[in-house]
Amino acid sequence: MRRRDFLIGFAASIALMPFKVFAAIWNKAAFEAVQINDARKNMNIDTEIQSPDIQITVPDRAENGAIVQVEVRSNIPDTEAIAIFVEKNPTPLIANFMFSNGAEPFVVTRIKMAETSDVKVVVKAAGRYFTNAKQVEVLENGCG
Amino acid sequence: MRAQLKGDYVEVKVLMSHPMETGRRKDDFGQLVPAHFVQLLTAALNGKTVLEAQWGTGISKNPYLTFRIKGAKIGDMVTVTWHDNHGATATQDIAVTPV
Repeated sequence: MRRRDFLIGFAASIALMPFKVFAAIWNKAAFEAVQINDARKNMNIDTEIQSPDIQITVPDRAENGAIVQVEVRSNIPDTEAIAIFVEKNPTPLIANFMFSNGAEPFVVTRIKMAETSDVKVVVKAAGRYFTNAKQVEVLENGCG
Repeated sequence: MRAQLKGDYVEVKVLMSHPMETGRRKDDFGQLVPAHFVQLLTAALNGKTVLEAQWGTGISKNPYLTFRIKGAKIGDMVTVTWHDNHGATATQDIAVTPV
């Protein structure tokens, strides 16, 4: 094998690697769970501590459940991850955000809500789990 | 996508173009539209990972995301990459700017 061929092959395998690594980590069992407790179990969440240090900003009422803006900030020291659940959605786990290297434990995103439900947030900090929730009244189903 | 220095942190705002199909929606002919959604998103500052997100079908169509990074300065590069369940991927780079 010529040196150049070897290097090209090497570069190609690096380019393919990220996707394979990601595909391996996507938590299929948790995201496809239809019960929030099964989703939690598949994320290895056991005991949660209720915490007002998780700030959830959501509208009290959402006209259209297809787009509900959610802002989450964790004031818990050493926050590693923020997971967002909608208890009454067909699949309750919406997203899990993992922070590192200077990222603040803060996120704003837009989610779908099938009906009026609690938006529940679970924060992982120093290996422990904390939770808080806020209800959103949904006037029109957004999970079509 | 935009990355602005606001005091001691950089605020990154991303808007992606993606259908985010749940797999439960029916089209006009009553056929189920297959699930098509972003599963993984990563963000890096100057090549160093700062955020890794796993998403399900509950993120809205054309996903929107804001996040914040401490310790970044003007000119630093923010990279956001996503992968969907069909194997498609996209990457965006942007330099940190003043507000």
